[in-house]
Parts: sequence; structure tokens; C-alpha cells
Amino acid sequence: MTAQPLLEVQNLRIDLAIGNARFPAVQDVSFTIEKGETLGLVGESGCGKSITALALIGLLRPPLSLAGGTIRFNGKDIQNLSSAEMRKLRGNRISMIFQEPMTALNPLSPVGRQIAEMFVLHKGATWKEAERHAIEALASVRVPAPDRRVKDYPHQLSGGMRQRVMIAIALACGPDLLLADEPTTALDVTVQAEILDLIRELSAAKGTAVLMISHDLGLIANMCRRVGVMYAGRIVEHRAAEDIFRTPSHPYTKGLVASLPLLGARAQHGQKRLQEIEGVVPPVADFPVGCRFNPRCYAATDVCHVDDPAVTELRHGGYVRCHHHD
Amino acid sequence: MKFRANLLIGGALFGLVVIAGLFAPLLAHTDPVMGANLMNAELPPDTEFWFGTDAQGRDIYSRVLHGARISLTVGIVSQLINTVIGVCLGLSAGYWGGWWDDFVSGLTNLMLAIPSLIFALAIMAILNPGLTSLLIALGLTNWSFTCRLARASALSLKSQGYVQAAKVLGYSDVRIMLTQLLPNMLGPIIVIGTLGMGGAVLAEASLSFLGLGIRPPYPSWGSMLSDARDQITTAPWISIFPGLAIFVTVLGLNLLGDGLRDILDPQSRTRRA
Amino acid sequence: MTEVNQDTILKVEDLAVHFPVGGGLLGGPRRFVHAVDGVDLELKRGECLGLVGESGCGKSTLALSILGLQKPTRGRIVVNGHDIADDSVGRMTRARTTQMVFQDPYSSLNPRQTVRKTLEAPLRLHGFNAKSEIDDRIVDMLRHVGLRADVAKRFPHEFSGGQRQRIGIARALILRPQIVVLDEPVSALDVSIRAQIINLLLELKETLSLSYIMISHDLGVVEHMSDKVAVMYLGRIVETGNWKTIFSTPRHPYTRALIEAIPDPFKQSRGMKIVGEIPNPLNPPAGCGFNPRCPEARDLCRVPPTPDLEAIGADHLVRCRRVHEISAGKLTAP
Repeated sequence: MTAQPLLEVQNLRIDLAIGNARFPAVQDVSFTIEKGETLGLVGESGCGKSITALALIGLLRPPLSLAGGTIRFNGKDIQNLSSAEMRKLRGNRISMIFQEPMTALNPLSPVGRQIAEMFVLHKGATWKEAERHAIEALASVRVPAPDRRVKDYPHQLSGGMRQRVMIAIALACGPDLLLADEPTTALDVTVQAEILDLIRELSAAKGTAVLMISHDLGLIANMCRRVGVMYAGRIVEHRAAEDIFRTPSHPYTKGLVASLPLLGARAQHGQKRLQEIEGVVPPVADFPVGCRFNPRCYAATDVCHVDDPAVTELRHGGYVRCHHHD
Repeated sequence: MKFRANLLIGGALFGLVVIAGLFAPLLAHTDPVMGANLMNAELPPDTEFWFGTDAQGRDIYSRVLHGARISLTVGIVSQLINTVIGVCLGLSAGYWGGWWDDFVSGLTNLMLAIPSLIFALAIMAILNPGLTSLLIALGLTNWSFTCRLARASALSLKSQGYVQAAKVLGYSDVRIMLTQLLPNMLGPIIVIGTLGMGGAVLAEASLSFLGLGIRPPYPSWGSMLSDARDQITTAPWISIFPGLAIFVTVLGLNLLGDGLRDILDPQSRTRRA
Repeated sequence: MTEVNQDTILKVEDLAVHFPVGGGLLGGPRRFVHAVDGVDLELKRGECLGLVGESGCGKSTLALSILGLQKPTRGRIVVNGHDIADDSVGRMTRARTTQMVFQDPYSSLNPRQTVRKTLEAPLRLHGFNAKSEIDDRIVDMLRHVGLRADVAKRFPHEFSGGQRQRIGIARALILRPQIVVLDEPVSALDVSIRAQIINLLLELKETLSLSYIMISHDLGVVEHMSDKVAVMYLGRIVETGNWKTIFSTPRHPYTRALIEAIPDPFKQSRGMKIVGEIPNPLNPPAGCGFNPRCPEARDLCRVPPTPDLEAIGADHLVRCRRVHEISAGKLTAP
């Protein structure tokens, strides 16, 4: 193992253009992912977690644009790659799975062909070899009867099966990094559990690093060793997964943890009123001055309305972005 | 911005025609029917007869102005009939489904398979030529597009939560259609209606040209063109000005329809990242 | 008329909804999907009944039948002693008894109606004509759901998701119903907003003495809000009991699998895993419907007929032939 991380993101900034004005939808986001590691990004809609992933894979489209920062992948800066160079990376070294596999799959092409395409495109295989690889790939994501399923069209498969196909496509070329954006949100819990197990096992077997993105704090903590909590375009707290629930430091994280009706909590503490976080998530064009959480924060003081808090390293690892953290 | 230009130019052209029609008696120089004076026959445009005169010596400028009244009446009223028929059939078919939907869809397909002008011709051949017959003929033959649109909108809207909520709140089906579905499909229907008005103006001109619409001596643009056929080389202004009026009206309506589509159609809801 | 306990507000008896598939001129043989197949339920006044199960298990169809939006094939739905599955009970009567809160606060409000119009129209429809009374009711209801009276003149797009859900709740409650069906009431909302709505719903249940039927896939929310839980699989209830029993000593392997499937933030391994997905309801497995996925399934589970719901404790019913062999909390690997 080299000391160099697989992915190093520094001070990432993504701007959203509305008319002639530009707003920082993502700002000062920095994180690293080691080879084979699973990192979690958790946050609500509009916090910038999904567009961060899109930026990594070079898929930001107007009105969004990369406005600063560096993305270093395998020791090489990739934020300024040409689209041809990015295409070579995408699907091959970095790949991505999405929430709704139906929209990400081509409805007019059998799923086997869509998997085979990856081998033809990136590995220079012939279609005949690629078809065989496709059956193996489907078997590896535990689709039953893969030799028959390769001929199916996406609409003939259930949501869980489609997500397996997406994973087979994403992992076909043995990428170094898999970006998983809410991969199980549209699925039932039992199917979700299977898909999560699959991602966990396959990434461990192939040494693939995973960036797991979700709004579900419990899921992220379950899947990842380290977690970044995003709020309004910033990582406000970055911790080891178990610490996020046990000793949250940022008022937003604390609020989230306390507001969730966790399984088993009622049996322990009775049906208590859940702790609420006041207010609403601000839209990008309306991020508050100072700390972006200040209008909703119980601990906010004058300084929070003026100064943007800097990163504070925590004693037991991780960091927090708050003037009044524990 | 392009859509504003469409809307402005279309609105201005159509507005011009509306003003011409509304104030025709004030703006016209002579009576369009009775103003015949063979002494002035086939005079080219000059300062007295701005658009020249026709074979009977009538002032073409005045006749074109009065023609606007007929064209607008036909366009607006017949398209209104079409819209009401199309919305009633399409909305109820999409909402209720079942055999009623099968029936309405079949009828719509039948209507689409028959060229509407030929159908209108057939109706006019049975009825006596005249304004009322024309309104009926054009009003009954051009509702299929509105019907299809209303049906498709009803199909997609009826699964929306607020429609379900209205059912749970005890709304009757008709009330749901009128208060929940109709207001949410109105935009595209207005667009189709505006474009259809242009079509109706053309259809009126065609029927009148063929002698099955407005009969001479009443100044319909179509019948004016029909009258002017023989003099098109010797006195081109007799056909040019009514033709220009049709052109301006239809162009105006089409631009207006396009402009309205751009404003009413795009659900410019931005998605959050 | 059925004997009805004073506390019982809703009783569902042997309810079934079968949808025809195919048939017609060219559709091939006509078959039936048994979306809901013999469901018995009882809801007491002031109770919240949680309905859980994967998509396609019939919980939504069951809720739609209770609301009168889906005509049952057989069975009775008795509200306050009256069978409302009967056609003679009109939409209006049902509307004043049973209401619904929808999942998606974006599609559930008519974009062309102001909040006032949304709340006023149902009142007028149900015979309220005096402006003062309508105003009072609207202001009162907005206050109940935590909105200021001046929001009434605004349109839905001016509100955030959480506020829209409050408006949706106000609409459901404006006719003062007794039973409210909550269809995934928080799952479309931002995580930091969910607690507000959950607290609000529990508060309103007390202050307006409502009874809830809640559909949710979020078992954390179900455990927090429900008094009683019914677990559905392939159109049937496979386990029902009070919330504590269901969550602390679940007995049906499916119930356990559902609970085990929730990602635990503190540990990675799961106790019990099931594989596969809900079978095609057109062609359900013989015997217990869950047997193809059940790690506990034995030969006797694959023999028709479908096992019966069996009482194994106070108010605790389980539909499993092996319920006495597989003890609570201990499951064997297949």
C-alpha cells in the first residue's frame, strides 16, 4: 500500500448559475478516499452531495459548473481533463450507480448487451467475448439464471434486479472507485439490504473504493468507516461512522441524530416527542451569511451570523465546522 | 428572447385584425355591400381607394375591414365550439376510461381519418350556405386534436394526489373534472385553440372561395378572392389585399399560439441538486 | 349489524380485492390478482395502526378500499357500526368519516388553488355556507397544523415540502374526520423536517381525537407512532400485534426479516437474511406465500392451503405453520 490516497478532493467549489448570478452550491469541500475504502456523504436534498459526485466523474452540466478546487485521482489531477480523457476514465476507472436504474439503463437494449458494451468499449473485447463476460458479470451480482436474463430488457426486470444490472455495468471493468448515489432509495428494505450486502462484498472482493451517498444516516453509518455530513454545500462534520451517532459534534448532526425515530428507541425511552430542527433547508441562492446553519441552530450566537466557521480538528479524529462545537 | 418576439409580433398582428374588425364601420370609407359604383370599377390603389376597387367598383379597403368581422367570428366561434366538444369528450374519456374512452377514442380516430375540410364541405352541401351553417360545419369538424390533448392530460393528471384527495373529500366526478383537472390542462388547450383559430380562418376562406361559405355580396375574404379570380392578371390588387389579410391573420394567430405555448407549457420548475 | 365494541371505530372483515388481468377481446385468459385476500382488522378509537410490508403486498389497496376509492370484491368495512363497502354509502358520508394524507406533498396539492381555496371548497361542498364559519374553521385548522392564518392566500409553490405537508394535513382534517389514512406521511420530506411532521401528527391525534391507519416502509417511524402493527405479505396479514410485541418479539420469519433489514448504524452484520423478491401475485406459491424466501421453510410450508392466522398471545396473531417450533429471537440459518 502506498501512502497516496486513491482520491483526494481539495476545496471543491461548484457554482450554480441563475441568470447572470452565480451561487456556490458546493464550497470548500475536501475529503480523501483510500484504496478499497468506503466513504459516506450524508445530507438532505440540496446539500450538494449528488453534484459533488457528478463533479468527480466529470458530469456537471450547466447551470452547474466546477468553479475551483482540485480532484486528484491516483495521483493525477483530473479536474481539467478533456472530455475525451474523462470518457476513458469514466466507466473504466471510476463508475457510478444512481437511485433510479430505470432511467440510467437504455430501455431499447437487452441488459446483457449493455453490460457487454463496457468490455468492448474499455477492454477492447470482441462482442462474442463480451457477451460471455456479461453473463459472468450478471452471475457475480447474483442475478438468477444469468444466461437467460442477459436477453431481458430493463422493463422486464424488477427494481432490485435493475439495480443489480447497474452494479454489474458499473463494476464490469473493475474500477478503482464506485460512486453510489442513493442506490437503494427506490427499493424495499429487504431488497435494499441485499443490494447493500452486494456492494459491500463486491467492493471488498475487488478492492473497489466506494463513495456512498445517501440521506439515510443509519445506512451510511452501517456501510462506511468514515462519514462526511453535508449541509448547504459544505461538509460540516467529518467523523468515524460510529462517532457520528455516539458523540455528534455539530449542532446539525446532533439535531439529525436526535430527530430520527431509531428502531428500538421507543421501547427504551417511551413515545417521546422527537427533537425537531426548526426551519427549512435553504435554497442555494439563499444560503445565509456566516455559518450556513445559523438560522436553524439552537446554539447560534452573534459570531455565527457574521463569520463562516473554519475547520476544527477534533481530539479523537475527524473535524467539525462550527464556532460552538463540543 | 425568442418567445417574447413570437408573442409580441403575433399579438400585434392579431390585435390589428381585431381592431379592424371591431371598428370596421368607423374605419371603412364606404358601405362594403351597397357601395357598388360601376363608374369606379377596377381602379388601382390611390389616395381615395387605398386598396383599389373591384369589378363592381366597391372599395376593397372597406370590404377587407368588414371581412375581418366575418373571419374573426368564424375563427373564434367555430374554434370555441371545437374546444368545448373536444374538452368535454377528451376530459371525460381520460378520466372515466372504460367503454366511454373506447368510444370517444374511436370517434376521434374516425374524425382524424376524414379530412376535416372535406367533412365541412359535406356538411355545407347539406345545409344552406351562410354564416350559421359555416359555424356549425367548422365547429363540428376540428375538435379531434383538442380531444386527444384533453384525454392525454386527464390520464396523466388523474393519478395526481390532489385528484385523489378531491375524491376522498367527496367531490363528484364532474366537479373533479371541472375544478381539479380542467384548470391544470388549460394552458396547452389555449395554445391548440389559438392555432386552430388560424386553421378555421383558412377553412372559412377555402369554403367561401368554393362558393360554399359566405355568399357574395357579403365581404368574406374567401369569397372576395373567388370573385377576383378572373382579374388576377389585369387587376391583381383585388386578390392581393384579401389574400394579405388572410396571411396576416393566420400568421398572427400561429405566432401567438407559439408564443403562448412557450409561456404556458414549460413547467419551469428547477430541480434541486 | 355486527356487534361492535364502543371503542372500535373501524372493523374490516374478510376483505378481498381481486383485480382482473387479461381477458377482453384479445387479452387471453382472464385471471385475477388477489391484491388483498381475506384481511381482518380492527381499529380502536385513538389508535394508530401501522401497516407494513414491501411494495405490492396490498397495503395501499387495503387503504384505498377503506377510503372507498377501491371497490372490494368481498368483505365488509364497518365504520361506527355501518358497512361502508356498501354502495348506498355515498362519497359525501365517507368523506366526513375517513380522510387521507398523501406521500408526496408536491403532487398532492392543486397548483392552481390557493390554500384558502383548497380548504374552503370541501367545506362548501359539505354544506357550510356562512362565511364567518368557514373563516373560523380555516383559521382554526391552519393553527392546528402550525401555519399562520395569512398563508391562506398563497399558492402551493410558495411553500417548502414540510409546509406543503402541513397544508395536506389541514385539508384532510378540515371536515373533522374520525379516521385518517396516512400514506407514507414523511418519506418524501427532508430528513431534518420529518420530526416536525411526526410530532404534529401525534399531537393532532390527541387534540382532535383521531384514529390513524399509517402505511410506511420506515420501521423506525412505524415503531414510534403505532399502537398496533399489521405486517402484510401477498395480500394477507402474516403477523399482527401491539407495537411492542411486533418489534421486540416478532414471530413470523418475514416480520423478523423486515426488522433485520434496517441498516443498523452500530453493527454491520445482520442476524437474518432473506433473499429474492415478492413472487408474482398472479402465480403465488402453494402453501405459505412466503415459503420461497423463508430460511425457516420446510416441506409442510409448501403444502396447500395457506396457513391460518393463529393467536399465540394477547392480540398477537401469526400466520406460520412453524410458529411454535421457531422460538422468538432465535432463528436458524437455512
